[in-house]
Amino acid sequence: MKTYCLEVSGDFACFTRPEMKVERVSYDVMTPSSARAVFESILWKPAIRWYIEKIEVLKPIRWITVRRNEVGAVISMRNALEAMNKGTGCLGLNIEDERQQRAGLFLRDVVYRIHAYFELLPDAGQNNSIGKFLDMFERRAEKGQCINQPYLGCREFVCDFRLVNMDTKQIDREKLSTFEKMDLGFENQRDLGWMLYDMDYCDTADPKPKFFRAKLENGVLHVPSWNSEEVRG
Amino acid sequence: MAFNNRYDFVLLFDVKDGNPNGDPDAGNLPRVDAETGRGLVTDVSLKRKIRNFVGLVKGEQPPYEIYIKEKAVLNNQNKRAYIGINKAELLEGDNKKRKGGDAVDEARQWMCQNFYDVRTFGAVMSTGINCGQVRGPVQMTFARSVDPVVPQEHAITRMAVATEAEAEKQLGDNRTMGRKFTVPYGLYVAHGFVSSFLAKQTGFDENDLGLLWQSLIQMFDHDRSAARGEMATRGLYVFKHDSELGNAPAYRLFERIRPGLKDGAVVPRSFEDYQVNVNEDNMPSGVTLEIKA
Repeated sequence: MKTYCLEVSGDFACFTRPEMKVERVSYDVMTPSSARAVFESILWKPAIRWYIEKIEVLKPIRWITVRRNEVGAVISMRNALEAMNKGTGCLGLNIEDERQQRAGLFLRDVVYRIHAYFELLPDAGQNNSIGKFLDMFERRAEKGQCINQPYLGCREFVCDFRLVNMDTKQIDREKLSTFEKMDLGFENQRDLGWMLYDMDYCDTADPKPKFFRAKLENGVLHVPSWNSEEVRG
Repeated sequence: MAFNNRYDFVLLFDVKDGNPNGDPDAGNLPRVDAETGRGLVTDVSLKRKIRNFVGLVKGEQPPYEIYIKEKAVLNNQNKRAYIGINKAELLEGDNKKRKGGDAVDEARQWMCQNFYDVRTFGAVMSTGINCGQVRGPVQMTFARSVDPVVPQEHAITRMAVATEAEAEKQLGDNRTMGRKFTVPYGLYVAHGFVSSFLAKQTGFDENDLGLLWQSLIQMFDHDRSAARGEMATRGLYVFKHDSELGNAPAYRLFERIRPGLKDGAVVPRSFEDYQVNVNEDNMPSGVTLEIKA
C-alpha cells in the first residue's frame, strides 16, 4: 500500500477533547480523525477510505487561549418547515439572547507530517481502480488542489499543505530545547492518555467514538490500525 | 449562476484609534497575541460584519435574509411571505419528522435559498438525524496585524450617574468614570477561501460571490461606533483559479501579498507608513489576481 506524507502547518489548531467541548480544550497533538479529514479534503470518493499511520510533530507544543462570543442555539428545523409551509413567519436568531462566551485553549504555530494510505472499499465497483485514485491524489496534492481548504480541527484554523517527498524527509529537531524534547517524548516516551481515534460510522444514524492510548515517541504519534485491540469504543 | 472556480483571498484592513475586536477574557482590551504582540481579530468578528452589511443593503428580504442577527437588525417584527412549499403533512405525527427523510433535505435547501448567511457560512440545523449541517463555501481565518500593536487604556468621565442613590452619594457631583481601549494604529491581514464544491451544495452563486466581495470592501463603512474608531478595508486581493480544485497551493499565492513598513517608517501610525508589495511575476498558470480594493 502506498503511503503518502503531507506536511501541514498553521497558526492555530484545535483538536477538541470531547470531554471538554463547552470551553474547548485541544488535545496536545492532532487526532487521527482530523488528519483523515485533511486527506479527504484533497481526495475522497465513496469508494475509498483513508487510514492514518503516524503523525510526526515538528514543532514544540504551545498554547494560546482565546475567548469568543458564540451562539448557543441551532436552527430549528421545525420552525423552518413551518415558515416554509405557511408562507409567512419570523425566522432568525437573536444573538444577544443566545449569547455564550466561550474560551478555547488552542494550539498555536503547529507543523505536522501526517502519513496515510487509502484502501478501496469492497463495494467500490468495477471502474474504480486504485491506480486512478493514486494518480488523482498525487496530482492534486502536488498542485495544492483541494475540495475545500483543509483545516486543523476547526474550519477557522486552515492549514497549508504540501506533499512531502519520502526520500527527503529528514526533520531537524536540533533546535528544540531539552524541555520541548521531553514534551515530544524524546528519550522517554510520553503518554498522552486516551485520545479520540475517529468516529465509527457503521451505524450512520448513531456514530460512536473510538479511542486509543496515544503516546509520543521521539516526536511521533504512532496510530494503531483501526481494527486492532488497542482501539476501543 | 453557479461558478466553477476556486478562490483564495487576502483582506487587508486597518484601524486607527479604535478597538477592532475586544477580548472578553481581558476586560474588552483589543485582542493581542501575547507572544508576538500582534493584534488579532477573530474570524467570527469579520463574519458578523459581513452579515450586518448584507442585512443592511438587502433589507433583510429573501433571498438575502440573515439568520444570525444582531438586535438592531432584528427589530422589524413584520411577517413576510416565503416561497413556501407544501409539506405540512410531514410535521404531523412525530415519527416521520424525526426520521427526516426528504423533508429535512428540502428544509435545508429552503433555508439556503432564503438566508444569505446560511448558504455562505453554513449552519447547524437541529434534526433527529446526525447530519443536519450545512457546510458553507466561505471559510475565513483569524486576522493578524502586520506589526505588533500597543493597546492603550483611556479613562473617560461621564457627567451623569445612572441612579438616584448614586447621585445622593456623590452629593450632586454626578460623575462616573469609565474606560475605553484603543489601538493607535494597526494593519491587519486575514485570509479567506471559497470552495465551489460547497457553493454548489448550498446554492451560493456568482451574485452571492459579488456581494461577498462588496461586503468585504464596504463592511467597515457601516460599522461605525464609539469603540471601533476608524476602520477601513485597505486591500482585497482575490486569486481566481481556472479550475474548481485550484491551480496552485493557497500559501504560495498568499506569499505574493506582502505588506510591510516603508523605508524610514518605524512606528506605523497610518496606512501611509505601509507599502503593499504585490508580486505578480510568474503567476502559476490558471491563476489570476484580481485586485478588488
